[in-house]
Amino acid sequence: MAEPVIEIHGLKKYFKIPCGFLGLQTQWVHAIDGIDMAVNKGEIVGLVGESGSGKTTLARVILNLTTATGGFVRLNGNDISRLNQRQTRKMRSEVAVVFQDPAGNLHPHHTVGQSIMRPMIIHGVPRQEAYERALQALDLVKMDRMYMNAFPAQLSGGQQQRIAIARALVLNPKIMILDEPTSALDISVQAQVLNLLLDLQEEMHLTYLIITHDLNVINYACDRVAVMYLGKLVEYGETAAVLRAPVHPYTKGLMAASPLLDPHRRHKNPDRLSGDPGSLIHIGPGCRFAPRCPQATDRCRTESPTLRETESGHYAGCFFPEDTGVTK
Amino acid sequence: MEELLRLKNLSVEYKVKDGYLSAAKDVNLTLHRGEVLAVVGESGCGKSTIAHSIMRLLPDRNERISGQIIFKGIDLTTLTEKQMEKIRGKEIGMIFQNPLDSLNPVYRSGHQVMEAIELDGKSRQQAWSESVQLYKDVRMPDPEKQMQRFPHELSGGMRQRVMIAMMLSRHPELMIADEPTTALDVTIEAQIMDVLTGLKAEYGTAMLLITHNFGIVAEVADRIAVMYAGQIVEQGTVYEIFDTPVHPYTRLLMRALPRQPKADGRLETIKGSVPRLTNIGQGCRFANRCPLAQAICEREDPPEIRLPGEHTYCCHCGEEALAWRNRSSKSTA
Repeated sequence: MAEPVIEIHGLKKYFKIPCGFLGLQTQWVHAIDGIDMAVNKGEIVGLVGESGSGKTTLARVILNLTTATGGFVRLNGNDISRLNQRQTRKMRSEVAVVFQDPAGNLHPHHTVGQSIMRPMIIHGVPRQEAYERALQALDLVKMDRMYMNAFPAQLSGGQQQRIAIARALVLNPKIMILDEPTSALDISVQAQVLNLLLDLQEEMHLTYLIITHDLNVINYACDRVAVMYLGKLVEYGETAAVLRAPVHPYTKGLMAASPLLDPHRRHKNPDRLSGDPGSLIHIGPGCRFAPRCPQATDRCRTESPTLRETESGHYAGCFFPEDTGVTK
Repeated sequence: MEELLRLKNLSVEYKVKDGYLSAAKDVNLTLHRGEVLAVVGESGCGKSTIAHSIMRLLPDRNERISGQIIFKGIDLTTLTEKQMEKIRGKEIGMIFQNPLDSLNPVYRSGHQVMEAIELDGKSRQQAWSESVQLYKDVRMPDPEKQMQRFPHELSGGMRQRVMIAMMLSRHPELMIADEPTTALDVTIEAQIMDVLTGLKAEYGTAMLLITHNFGIVAEVADRIAVMYAGQIVEQGTVYEIFDTPVHPYTRLLMRALPRQPKADGRLETIKGSVPRLTNIGQGCRFANRCPLAQAICEREDPPEIRLPGEHTYCCHCGEEALAWRNRSSKSTA
């Protein structure tokens, strides 16, 4: 039943930055440092974390926009770093992406029609057919066909995001990676775009990886959730299970910090996380969350925990699942 | 509770190339001492316009303001620019969305806070020790070290703390926070909101919170004013607005918030889009998207209707809106 379409094993991505006198020395930014996860066919997985946690880098590696430093990503069973040019092209038609900034997503001098048709032209679809399919794509995202000749600047943020979604869909992808698809949008527009995405996912049996910092969006839209902190996965499991009984102290802190949209459930005496995430360059041997963790011990500062299964399908990278587990 | 600020029929229009754009129309608001009033609404609804007009920060050749801004019994619109300078910062403090735009990049962060304190005629020595204390008040880690740093060396949360310290240094009675945490991560946002609400508890500072983030509003506001296209459509306590919204816009908006898993039903959406606000006449501005709209809604400004408690809303379909609310809350319950 569970058929993994994205498999990530021991994935690492380091960036080199020059430093010191004349930039002769180098330092490494550990953007992703050993991630294992799998996304199954037809499910919606949310990836949550703060800025600098490596969410977007992970998306870029999956999209093969940047090569991994270590480990590998398999899409539909194929290691993406070992594909030849033709296979890469085919892979790219199967994995679509929508970025956060709706305006930056679209070429300002191209009409909506040109933007939507472009991926099809690149993949060798004849112009006439591409035009027809672009019109259908507009129908799919519930936009009027008259917008074919409009320029992005004439559209609202929500409409621009719909166009970006339409363009992502024209090659009939199987996987969609959505990088903060609604963070730039107002509440009512966010609701429209989320509903549209969920409808499309059901109709077309798509698999989504949604990157966001908003736990309310995760709770609404995602079947499973992965929590990232400074380049590592700290918790992973069914959304309902993770949000009901978070295991990792960071997940707990994140939840205590996330507003609940309900004045009756204000956080009373919340356990606020102190400090901020810190650097991805100077990384010690221990758990990356240890400097902010309320329950860190000497072991946490010297040894890095690995992901362990705390209950069926629920993983956490902490030494203390016993103390912090499902105690109620 | 004692009244601190009252906006009376405040209207702001901006000159644009084909006439006047009505950014705020007949806004009536009251803010009491020690209270957090949140003005919420989607982009372009005029919430920042209101904040800026209170501080008289609008570019004055381009706008037309009418109505009154009464702060501690004085109408701010009648003051001269010189008198206004005494109010700004001293009586009413303000923090903005992006602290990096508000801080001077070539001065150390502590210097900028000290500068504000020295405005009140205090010595350098005194300003230094007060700044250290302020940095502690805003829970800045390692205050003396951070005072020596330049804004670019601080993290986003720390920069906003510097802004708050600077605002706090002159003990204003009212602080206006215009999207104070929009640029910050969730855990940092929570820390900053803790600092701001702590100030309210400690010094009794009232806060006018301008935001589009309903999560923060639910978390910290005492009262809410919901704006749509330049008009306040509904006002009440945070519980009245979240539990029993009446105005069709508020009602739909509350059901567009992602509060439950998708299995419990799709989010509500609002059809159509905000009307053009240039040369707009009478009439309810939500009429073109409203499920209850009638002919009168397009013609006349909606009346303000009072409900028990502090709850008011502006709608022509008073009874109907209430009935609709009761019907739909039953069907969702």
